[in-house]
Amino acid sequence: MALIFDIKRYSVNDGPGIRTTIFLKGCPLRCVWCHNPEGLDTKPQRMYTKSKCIGCKSCIEVCKHDVLTLTSDGIKADESKCVLCQQCADVCPSLAMKFGGKEWKMDELMSVIEKERQVMEDSGGGVTICGGEPLMHSQYTLELLQELKKRRFHRAVDTTLFSSAKIVAEIAANCELFLVDLKLMDSERHKFFTGVPNETILANIRMIAENGCDFFVRIPLIEGVNADDRNIDESARFLSSIPWKRKVVNLLPYHDIGKGKHEKLGTQYNPDSIPMAAPSQETQQRCVAQFEQYGIKATIGG
Amino acid sequence: MNFPIKYPENNGGMNERIKRLHEQSLNTPATLTIERALIETAFYKENEGKMPIAVLRARNFYEICKKKTIYIGDDELIVGERGPVPKAVPTFPELTCHSVEDLHVLNTRELQPYYISQEDIDTYERVVIPFWKGKTQRERIFNHVSKEWEEAYHNGVFTEFMEQRAAGHTAMDGKMYHRGLLDVKQIIADEIASLDYINDPQATDKEHELTAMSISCDAAILFAERHAELAEQKARECSNPERKAELEKIAEVCRWVPAHAPRDMWEAIQMYWFVHLGTVTELNGWDSMNPGHIDQHLRPFYEKGIENGTLTRDKAKELLSCLWIKFNNQPAPPKVGITALESGTYNDFTNINIGGIDKEGNDASNELSYMILEIQEELHELQPGLSIHISKVTNDDFLLAGCRVIREGNGYPSVFNPDVYVQELVRQGKSLEDAREGGCSGCIEVGAFGKEAYLLTGYLNTPKILEITLHNGVDPNSGKKLGLETGDPRNFKTYEELYDAWKKQMVYFVNMKLAVNNYIERMFSLYAPATFLSLFIDDCIKNGKDYYSGGARYNTQYIQCTGLGTITDSLSTIKKHVFEDKRYTMDELLKAVDKNFEGEEKMRLYIRNHTPFFGNDDDAADDIAVRVYNDLVGAIEGHPNTRGGKTYLNMLSTTCHNYFGSVCCATPNGRLAHFAISDGTSPSHGGDSNGPTCVIKSLGKLDHTKSGGTLLNLRFVPKLLQRDDDLKKFASLIRTYFAYGGHHVQFNIVDTQTLLDAQANPDDYKDLLVRMAGYSDYFNDMNLQLQNEVIARTENDEL
Repeated sequence: MALIFDIKRYSVNDGPGIRTTIFLKGCPLRCVWCHNPEGLDTKPQRMYTKSKCIGCKSCIEVCKHDVLTLTSDGIKADESKCVLCQQCADVCPSLAMKFGGKEWKMDELMSVIEKERQVMEDSGGGVTICGGEPLMHSQYTLELLQELKKRRFHRAVDTTLFSSAKIVAEIAANCELFLVDLKLMDSERHKFFTGVPNETILANIRMIAENGCDFFVRIPLIEGVNADDRNIDESARFLSSIPWKRKVVNLLPYHDIGKGKHEKLGTQYNPDSIPMAAPSQETQQRCVAQFEQYGIKATIGG
Repeated sequence: MNFPIKYPENNGGMNERIKRLHEQSLNTPATLTIERALIETAFYKENEGKMPIAVLRARNFYEICKKKTIYIGDDELIVGERGPVPKAVPTFPELTCHSVEDLHVLNTRELQPYYISQEDIDTYERVVIPFWKGKTQRERIFNHVSKEWEEAYHNGVFTEFMEQRAAGHTAMDGKMYHRGLLDVKQIIADEIASLDYINDPQATDKEHELTAMSISCDAAILFAERHAELAEQKARECSNPERKAELEKIAEVCRWVPAHAPRDMWEAIQMYWFVHLGTVTELNGWDSMNPGHIDQHLRPFYEKGIENGTLTRDKAKELLSCLWIKFNNQPAPPKVGITALESGTYNDFTNINIGGIDKEGNDASNELSYMILEIQEELHELQPGLSIHISKVTNDDFLLAGCRVIREGNGYPSVFNPDVYVQELVRQGKSLEDAREGGCSGCIEVGAFGKEAYLLTGYLNTPKILEITLHNGVDPNSGKKLGLETGDPRNFKTYEELYDAWKKQMVYFVNMKLAVNNYIERMFSLYAPATFLSLFIDDCIKNGKDYYSGGARYNTQYIQCTGLGTITDSLSTIKKHVFEDKRYTMDELLKAVDKNFEGEEKMRLYIRNHTPFFGNDDDAADDIAVRVYNDLVGAIEGHPNTRGGKTYLNMLSTTCHNYFGSVCCATPNGRLAHFAISDGTSPSHGGDSNGPTCVIKSLGKLDHTKSGGTLLNLRFVPKLLQRDDDLKKFASLIRTYFAYGGHHVQFNIVDTQTLLDAQANPDDYKDLLVRMAGYSDYFNDMNLQLQNEVIARTENDEL
């Protein structure tokens, strides 16, 4: 069973209307700019916020396995001893100590989603399954989608489409909308920045287009990675070459949002110090214009 | 919702005239005028005791209308000021007389000063103050009240509205647009002629009241004619032919209204303004006066003018803008015994209602509703306040146009739900038609416009009552025993014992307040009848009774309760941690509370982060809120008042939650001493941490129809409302809240300053959502660097 690391009840940027977004834990990609690093690993993970810690040692006192020590740099954990009982998080007064990743029974999850039914109906919203990479847990995602269908919720899946054609087709048959990430057109560079090549992804995008699926395309726009003239041109050419009705791309200017979360996880953001930067206004406008040349409307943000 | 965004066409913003008038209104400082007090004092010296009180009050009003300085400014089309010049506020010594010290404080205080010359202060000291000593309403009230009441009042258990000002909270229906005061005089004469002195023992009282009403008509007509005379004189002296023509037109309008029913839009607006000025000159009612559904009232005049070619949209907008500036020219009358917290605003709370439903229940929004939104956005004035009324039948275009103004971040318009407040009014016994003609005045309080005297009497500090309960009747802030001895909570075995103790204290204080409320109502009936206001509130004329004496068709008295979030969270803390989980003993918790959690930060944070709080769609907390709310209804509702009506609950706070917080020590929910308590029915500061959909769901669990109004504040950052698509989602959130049965919601679209404050005090801003790239997040969940980045972005308004 997949773990869920967050449920957002007022989600306004993950598809139409006001949505509830379910974040599944685990992702086969390792994008250097990842803004949800707590979604990479499939296991539960400690998230410690040093700035919130008051050094009260409640967590150390409750731990039976001697995992934690208080240092001048806050609480340090020896994860090899940790049995994930999470009692340290339960007793932490300030929520400095938290764990990401929890199993949810289907009925419990649905009761949370049902709470938002009126909001979703009034706003034309629904449920978005996101990650991590939901297709990494295709069976669970499918069950979730089928349950949502029974309950008549609009379903969106936010995905890299890095999965087998069979799984993608199965998921496609069980959701109303995909939010697809398109990162880089050059497969070598794609592999360098995300850890995986892009042939499967592009083939899947083409396939869902040919099958008449509805999908948004979102591109994280990063200077130094994919905001260059050539990549944008190739992206636009590719998207105009497939039978895609919507023809709207959301360009999401880069921010080092993942940095703070890496700190909490005790992992390092961009360990190889690959230069990345937010695209300038000029670059953003240039990209918009490039897409326009191919008859695709590009919007900044979304 | 699938609809195209259609914005009203904006025909070029403010014109030059409006710009100049607007500048003048913004730049003129607030001043105090003693003119009204001097006229009144001289009149009372000569006439008090020589005639029935209603006639005395009417003749006093006549005297003021006859003698006060008349003002017509350059550029003005709509004329009349409450004082001799714009922004000059009269005093009302018959209600509450400012001391010399008060006047000095007002003249020199840093925030919201009211300037007054030393010469005027000297005159006031010599002429006005000595005459009114011992005869003001305020003194009548304080000489009457019990020691217990006074102690509770001075220590912030409740406030009292009518010790400083007359009851207001009323609004007009459309009848003034169909009948002039000469018509009204005829109706009054007919009523007097039909009085039955043999079989009606009240006939003499009625005759006095009706005579007084008739004099009040004469007073307002005279006041208008004096404006006509001044306009004619100015026209004669005017060399600019364009302005000369305008002045002649002003004279013509003032000769016609309010004596006759208005014939066109200009006259209709001037009619309202004279009526407004009359009511705020006669007395100083809270919330000044309110035109009610002005977009519906003026619609026939607008449509007729456009149809017959005598009016253009621009001209109509110019006239309405002139009215808007008139509202802004009237700062609130300052209180006496000033504290910065209690009188910290010039706003006199006129709350214009637009949109909503008509008498048949249909969508009433029209071209003027859009025009008013435009004006509100362009003028950016402190006054008037504006509310949009969104029923199920209201079209989406209007809602979106309103949301667009909300997005500007000025805190208006607020949003009301007629589908719920009509039920509130009907539940109180109003006819469906009268209820549909009703709306909201002041902050969030409902009334049947033009047919009801709904008197708000003061705020009740519900967390303070818990604090007193937790100290067995003693107020820990003052050390005084204010309440009942309901037992040492350390000996309580169950949560129910604690809750019952709180409830007993609450009923005790509510009853204490009700008794005095009724006395005060009588004082207004006996000493300060509103004979001019009574002309416009059905059925005062028909009943031959004053607005303050039960003449209105509906007579309601409200107590406003505040702090629902703070008390719910405090009770939830005790319930969970003391009685259920037994994490802390009552003694441990109370000791921590008593030392303001000093040295107990661990406990405080644990409570803040591990307790069900109101506003998170968590039944564990919301059930407590519902119970507190229902018990407040039970204690307050249904007592007969002195005017033949009943008492009801209201849930608002204006800025009183700051004052109430300042007199409260720390509360069990981890709120520190002297910080604000929660406002209205909003969650406590930082109590809601799961987003707006949870807040509205929690609020939706209260039965709003049992109140005369509830209040919800929500905060959003501007980033979240940037695109048209965002605005639609925002609009749908309002629809959902109203489908849940919400009465009112207002929004803060926050600025950089607030974000900086949020950085410094993250605990108070748990609910603050900001938009990041491609998604939204809680400000609190971001690290410092990200927060700084968002702050930087917000300012230059890019994505």
